[in-house]
Amino acid sequence: MARMSVSGFYAYYGDNPALRNISLEIPDRQVLALIGPSGCGKTTFLRSLNRMNDFVKGFSVKGQVALDDIDIYSSGLHPVVLRRRVGMVFQKPNPFHKSIFENVAYGLRIQGIRSRSILSDRVEQSLRSAALWEEVKDRLNSSAFSLSGGQQQRLCIARALAVEPEVLLLDEPASALDPISTARIEELIQDLKTQYAIVIVTHNMQQAARVSDQTAFFLTGEMVEIGVTSRIFTNPSDERTEDYITGRFG
Amino acid sequence: MNRHFDVELQGLKERVTAMGNMVEEQLDGAMKALTDRDVEKARDIIGRDHQVNAMEVGIDEDCIRMIALHQPEARDLRFIITAMKIITDLERMSDLAANVCERVVELKDEQPVMIPPAIYSMAEIGRDMLRKALDAFVMKNTSEALAVCQEDERVNVIYRDLVRSMVQEVSRDPGKTSPVIRLLFVGRSLERFADHATNVAEIIVYLVEGKVIRHIV
Repeated sequence: MARMSVSGFYAYYGDNPALRNISLEIPDRQVLALIGPSGCGKTTFLRSLNRMNDFVKGFSVKGQVALDDIDIYSSGLHPVVLRRRVGMVFQKPNPFHKSIFENVAYGLRIQGIRSRSILSDRVEQSLRSAALWEEVKDRLNSSAFSLSGGQQQRLCIARALAVEPEVLLLDEPASALDPISTARIEELIQDLKTQYAIVIVTHNMQQAARVSDQTAFFLTGEMVEIGVTSRIFTNPSDERTEDYITGRFG
Repeated sequence: MNRHFDVELQGLKERVTAMGNMVEEQLDGAMKALTDRDVEKARDIIGRDHQVNAMEVGIDEDCIRMIALHQPEARDLRFIITAMKIITDLERMSDLAANVCERVVELKDEQPVMIPPAIYSMAEIGRDMLRKALDAFVMKNTSEALAVCQEDERVNVIYRDLVRSMVQEVSRDPGKTSPVIRLLFVGRSLERFADHATNVAEIIVYLVEGKVIRHIV
């Protein structure tokens, strides 16, 4: 079942098209990896899925992006509500200058949840889902910045999970992390996909191959090819995909 | 973009081809030893089998190293997997050439018998299949590889006829049973040789098109 569905989607920065005629489906409980060289539009596409580009001056779109059949651009769905349902984790860990607990509770407090016991339950549940609970349970009131980079990134994932999204967007979530923290994030992605639709942008081909069920290859604003990851990495249909994943360009 | 990795892949291709050429020479030598009843030559070819074994191990290790260090994808990955599979078959083909030579050594003490033309036909077709399969590997030519696969059935038919005629030969003259059995083993080795050449050809279709045609064609 598709959780999100994109059809005939175009994105522009001013007059310049950054994405052209993208159509794809984001299946529930699967990981979709977006790969392609820098500037190919994959991050623009990812950010379009929860309207993060709305703040960019001159940015405009054409076409459809539907979340459970509701067009996120034309239906009047409030971007704040959309972003609760479609959470995002960025390349660089960006915890708030708050305690570990308050970082995770932040979105819940914005939703108006005040009950300490509900907050505690949800924080614990989110930290467990992000595979961080055991490491921080005894220091929830410490600053988020006392954590390592890998832990901070998992904290950001926990913060995204706390508001119970349906889709999780990951923009190169492990690119700033060491191999052990990267492996933890990848394991976490495998666990999380049993509950969420996940879209990940990555420059790391092996990471895309390891964690995703489907892979889409973007080039100069177009989606060249999408397919089951095992096929894309052993026998892609398009010569350009082949050249990119074998390191012949990009 | 030129990649250092391409130089390594080219080197791999050259080593696989060299191993294939060596196996081809082994088969030619084995057939010559059989024709000439040349036991010394036969022993020499049996002794050379370890060179092919060493090549197989060396290429195998290179492939494992390339996978570990370069983490190849798509056509690069298929190329390395193909090379690993080809050398496994080539090593077996070298063993089969050595098996023919072992029969040559045994036939020395047997009553002389005529070597049936079918045995030469099988050897010729088998060697041709290997050569064409290696050409298809170098040129990444699927149609040539598929043509090699078709040839295997010709060898099977010749082998079946050979078995039938040899059984008749033994019925006519039971005194020839021992040398005839040894010749049948030669025939069996050549039939298996062609099977391995077919395996090499089949994996080339995977190399070029990513399709596994084993047990299908």
